Amino acid sequence: MIDELRQYSQEFLASLYRRMVLVREFELRAIEERRGGLIPGFIHSCVGQEASAVGATAALREDDVITSTHRGHGHLLGKGGAPQYMMAELAARSSGYCLGRGGSLHISDFDLGILGANGIVGGGIPIAVGAALAFQMQHSSRVALAFFGDGAVNEGAFHEAANLAGLWALPVILFCENNLYGEGTPQDRQAPIADLAKRAESYGFPGVIVDGNDVLAVYATVKAAVSRARAGEGPTLVEAKTYRFRGHYEGDPQVYRKPGEMESWRQRDPVPAFRQRLLTSGRFDEAALKVLEQGVQAELDEAVAFAAAAPYPEVGEALSGVYGETHGGLVF
Amino acid sequence: MRELTYSEAIREALVEEMRRDANVFLMGEDVGTFGGVWGVSHGMLDEFGPERVRDTPISEIAIVGAGLGAAMMGMRPVVEIMFGDFLMCAGDQIVNQVAKARFMSGGKADVPLTIRVTSGAPGSAAAQHSQSPESWFMNIPGIKIVAPALPADAKGLLKTAIRGEDPVLFFEHKMLYAEKGPVPDDADFTVPFGVASVVREGVDVTVVGVGNMVLKALKAAAQLAEQGIRVEVIDPRTLVPLDKETLIRSVQKTSRVVIAHEAHLRSGPAAEIAAVLAEEAIEYLDGPIVRVGAKNVPLPYSPILEQFVLPDVSDIVAAVASFWKR
Ligand SMILES: Cc1ncc(C[n+]2csc(CCOP(=O)(O)OP(=O)(O)O)c2C)c(N)n1
Ligand SMILES: [Mg+2]
Repeated sequence: MIDELRQYSQEFLASLYRRMVLVREFELRAIEERRGGLIPGFIHSCVGQEASAVGATAALREDDVITSTHRGHGHLLGKGGAPQYMMAELAARSSGYCLGRGGSLHISDFDLGILGANGIVGGGIPIAVGAALAFQMQHSSRVALAFFGDGAVNEGAFHEAANLAGLWALPVILFCENNLYGEGTPQDRQAPIADLAKRAESYGFPGVIVDGNDVLAVYATVKAAVSRARAGEGPTLVEAKTYRFRGHYEGDPQVYRKPGEMESWRQRDPVPAFRQRLLTSGRFDEAALKVLEQGVQAELDEAVAFAAAAPYPEVGEALSGVYGETHGGLVF
Repeated sequence: MRELTYSEAIREALVEEMRRDANVFLMGEDVGTFGGVWGVSHGMLDEFGPERVRDTPISEIAIVGAGLGAAMMGMRPVVEIMFGDFLMCAGDQIVNQVAKARFMSGGKADVPLTIRVTSGAPGSAAAQHSQSPESWFMNIPGIKIVAPALPADAKGLLKTAIRGEDPVLFFEHKMLYAEKGPVPDDADFTVPFGVASVVREGVDVTVVGVGNMVLKALKAAAQLAEQGIRVEVIDPRTLVPLDKETLIRSVQKTSRVVIAHEAHLRSGPAAEIAAVLAEEAIEYLDGPIVRVGAKNVPLPYSPILEQFVLPDVSDIVAAVASFWKR
């Protein structure tokens, strides 16, 4: 294990861990603030899936792009999304990423290459493929990565987009977070195969399975896929096996969980697992990790305070931004 | 009569029809173990088992298309699409296949398929989970469009849909699920398509409400009654087929009409209803036909913006009052 970490710089390992803690704690804060009334809409938290979100985005360059999902907070934070603007968006404020119009399901930041969370399962996959098409046509080395769940691979959008990406050897990574459930239905009752990476074969590109709770494994796997894409060798489907620790949405009674399943996955909670690995490696001590963790808490305190103090949109703001400026941006 | 919620009334219709006819079955995302994300099919898996209450993958094209195929082969499927917004994922199957199967086959295909779907804004669900898509499909001949407002109508119309031989898009408004009303427990109670319901009688102005706007129209009518304005509230119940006669008869009496729906104003259901009245009843009207609907912008997340965009009781009141301000 010590050897495995040796190839990574202190700074990189620290940033991975900090980001994982940020994702976990952001979710817990958002859940708390939703209960407290700051956040009016639904939240689909990614607690338990921090390693896949952070590992995958860490393998991207700043100018690469992602499309995300309804369970997107981790993807956005991984790609550099600012907690205060995310929290303000969740709190429906005009200082939020989408001016309070989008909420959790629709957060985007084009400057950071975040093309948007999505309310439609599978909706982001063709969009990422289209971004990759643009990069190919522009002779750019940029790549696109589409996040989606195990449920989304049963949508037509996945299959059409995957086929096109394979056919045109587009620089795109199809990143499936297989958390074993699509809402209340277990993965084994949604598809006749358990290893969704197999689907890549029929579209002419590799499909790779990775332990989605191991941040370094996810990082290395996506890094290899990104290299392939940048080299013009086409797409890769990465299937990260993981588990969500909370309901599909906050308030979900979770009647569908299989007995013992949660407990066994809890043993593999990605955040404490990585923490332990850092300590065991001797590269980090307790005090150093505490500093990182406290830094995250301070950042989130600020984010929540920023969101709570941010102004609400003015009513009339709803009547702009439907069209471009040609017609004065007005609604008609 | 006993009271049921709109949700319970729909479940009762499903259960009664499944007991009555072994060819009726329900399929959709999370309709089984989860009991439907809106809770409508709660408990049905226990009674009918996974053969007839089928959880599907997240595959709207396959859900609707398989419903069509099964319907043409003698089954009576009821398929559920969780949000009206997701109908577009199955758009081709609905528009090009389901709606046209009978006509294109020279009448050979019977399509007893019911597509249950939710519509409306449940509050801060934003642009892809809040739409009211009824009128998107009104331009498509071959599919009937039902939008009940009251629990009894929901039950009776759903039974008519399931027993019929044509495809039906059955819109359930999310904000109506918890609303209560009297519902007959007669297992043979049905409500015919193409017959509007006069929900409240009045002589001064007709308010036509679609879906949850029927309840808002009733609230507006109660407020307006205090000012001495007697509002007649009409619920078309089915948008296709549309009961023109009841609408025309009402405006003949009142000479004024407001049409309210939660869908966006442009090309919403009111556009068709207004056109019918303009063509066939203009001589009875004393003023313009007034429409009330959502503003022509996607549904925003922020409650402040959302409330501004969505039509409410006060908009109906203002629309009615406008006749006396001209
Ligand atoms: C087209 C479409 N169908 C259904 C839904 C409702 N829905 C939202 S999330 C979800 C489950 C998605 O499962 P998965 O892709 O595995 O992602 P996870 O929630 O597990 O992260 C469903 C069915 C939707 N938003 N869009
Ligand atoms: Mg899943």
